Amino acid sequence: MLRVLPPRDAAVSPVTAAESPFHVSRLSAAYGDRPAIYDLTFTPPRGALAAVIGPNGAGKSTFLKAALGLIPKIAGETRVFGKPLSANRREAAYVPQRASVDWDFPASVLDVTMMGLQPEIGWLRWPNASHRARAMQALEAVGLAALAGRQIGQLSGGQRQRVFIARALVQDAEVYLLDEPFAGVDAATEAAIMDVFRDLARRGKTVICVHHDLATVRDYFDYVMLINVEKQAEGPVAAAFTAELVAKTYGRRALGLSSAYGA
Amino acid sequence: MREFLGALALQGGYNTTLVMVGAALLGAAGGGVGAFALLRRRSLASDAMSHATLPGIVLAFMIGHAVLGEGRFVWLLLMGAALTAGLGLWVTTLIAARTRLREDAAIGIVLSTFFAAGVVLLTVVQSLNLPGQAGLQGYLLGSTAGMLRAEAELIAAAAAVVAGAVFALRNLFIVTAFDEGFAAARGVNTVRLDFALLILVLAVVVIGLKAAGVVLVIALTIIPPVTARLWTDRARDMALIAAGLGAAGAYVGAGLSATVPNLPTGAVIVLVQFAVFALSLALAPRRGLVAAAVRRARLVREIKSGRWRPASAEGGA
Repeated sequence: MLRVLPPRDAAVSPVTAAESPFHVSRLSAAYGDRPAIYDLTFTPPRGALAAVIGPNGAGKSTFLKAALGLIPKIAGETRVFGKPLSANRREAAYVPQRASVDWDFPASVLDVTMMGLQPEIGWLRWPNASHRARAMQALEAVGLAALAGRQIGQLSGGQRQRVFIARALVQDAEVYLLDEPFAGVDAATEAAIMDVFRDLARRGKTVICVHHDLATVRDYFDYVMLINVEKQAEGPVAAAFTAELVAKTYGRRALGLSSAYGA
Repeated sequence: MREFLGALALQGGYNTTLVMVGAALLGAAGGGVGAFALLRRRSLASDAMSHATLPGIVLAFMIGHAVLGEGRFVWLLLMGAALTAGLGLWVTTLIAARTRLREDAAIGIVLSTFFAAGVVLLTVVQSLNLPGQAGLQGYLLGSTAGMLRAEAELIAAAAAVVAGAVFALRNLFIVTAFDEGFAAARGVNTVRLDFALLILVLAVVVIGLKAAGVVLVIALTIIPPVTARLWTDRARDMALIAAGLGAAGAYVGAGLSATVPNLPTGAVIVLVQFAVFALSLALAPRRGLVAAAVRRARLVREIKSGRWRPASAEGGA
């Protein structure tokens, strides 16, 4: 029976490692000789809207990528509902940063959405009517159904973000991991994306976002992990997102902002 | 001119026809696999790989001479080519992964060094005056003059295998080329897939060496896909169009070089393919320069006359 010991000063997760839909334990990764994340353990409960928060260079994106096995890690492992990630990959849907791809790529909105079905479509076959229908349903959910045939290069930033989310939705996973989904999108898109997240959480799915806007944490999320290379705090927003813990995570820079997240 | 048109209609005699069909198959394989190499941004690495074949060819020739008493076994030469090409690719990857140099710098180093080594070895072989060494020159710039039936059959077989593999892997290639991180998170082994892609490019390079030459063979995997991109916004169609353009350009180029004495095949094919690219760049419907200029002129006219209205904002911002 493994019960992960909480680091000093941190709020505690309400669930055990085996209950968590995406349990990361003692994860460390480095770029060359520079540690990016150290000994991060993360145990969000099922149905959580969770934010991973920390200053620039704190290792937020690295945490997500290393937890998903996309970059080499030095130590640690990820379990999806208690099973190793490699055995349960289809339950973890990943939405990378929008800027990480070339949007002049020759594909339509529907093409990109159907990429989320790739392991099901398989090697030799073409997408069939049911694949198309499911992709259209995902596009409907993000409000892009009318643009299904459009070349992705013609989309606005917010529309591109929504295509990425549709590509993850079509996977019908249990856990959604998003790298800065609100970066550079306008207020209307942000609200539309939050509607999608809340709907997922209502259906018992878990949403984990790398997030940098401290002002919206309380409105958008119910669970949070604060990191700065090491974990600073983890737990329900009310317990872990305190002025004191945020200041500790961000150092002096955040002091001027303390009014934004309550005292 | 009549001779050339006759050749295009496969009336150029057995040898010319053989060369043209062989070149067309090579062009199709190069265009098809090249489309995915281009989308995956591996075109430059492929160029380094093809230059790195030269030392392998010459070394294989020398070893053949020393061990077997005869250097011009095509299979031996092509195996040598594949070996040093693989070595060059491995060194490129190593430099990019283990040092602070970026991939383009690593490619520059490997491409020039391997090619230089090949040229030096070639000079050594020439000075030794070994029998058959004159044929090695053909690998530098390509020649189809002496293409044998067996060579054309080899090209046809290899092109068929490459086409089959590209067809089977096309979905995975597209997903990974667009978003490597997403593909990996979805369980695609992107390292193995990239390896497969470069093996397919290498196959085209090796079978195309004799016809197009070390320096130019890689153009067969670059120019047709770039041209195809101008005509379509779908990755799948792009590979098909690139294969078609590659075949057509190689067919016409080989026909030209067969009917005009001493025209190097590889160079003529590349120039024909470039001509198609230049025409496409000007005339393609959406991405072409003429179409863009027309759209711009129309917009300016509408704004100046006050008739312009913003398009409805479907789907939100």
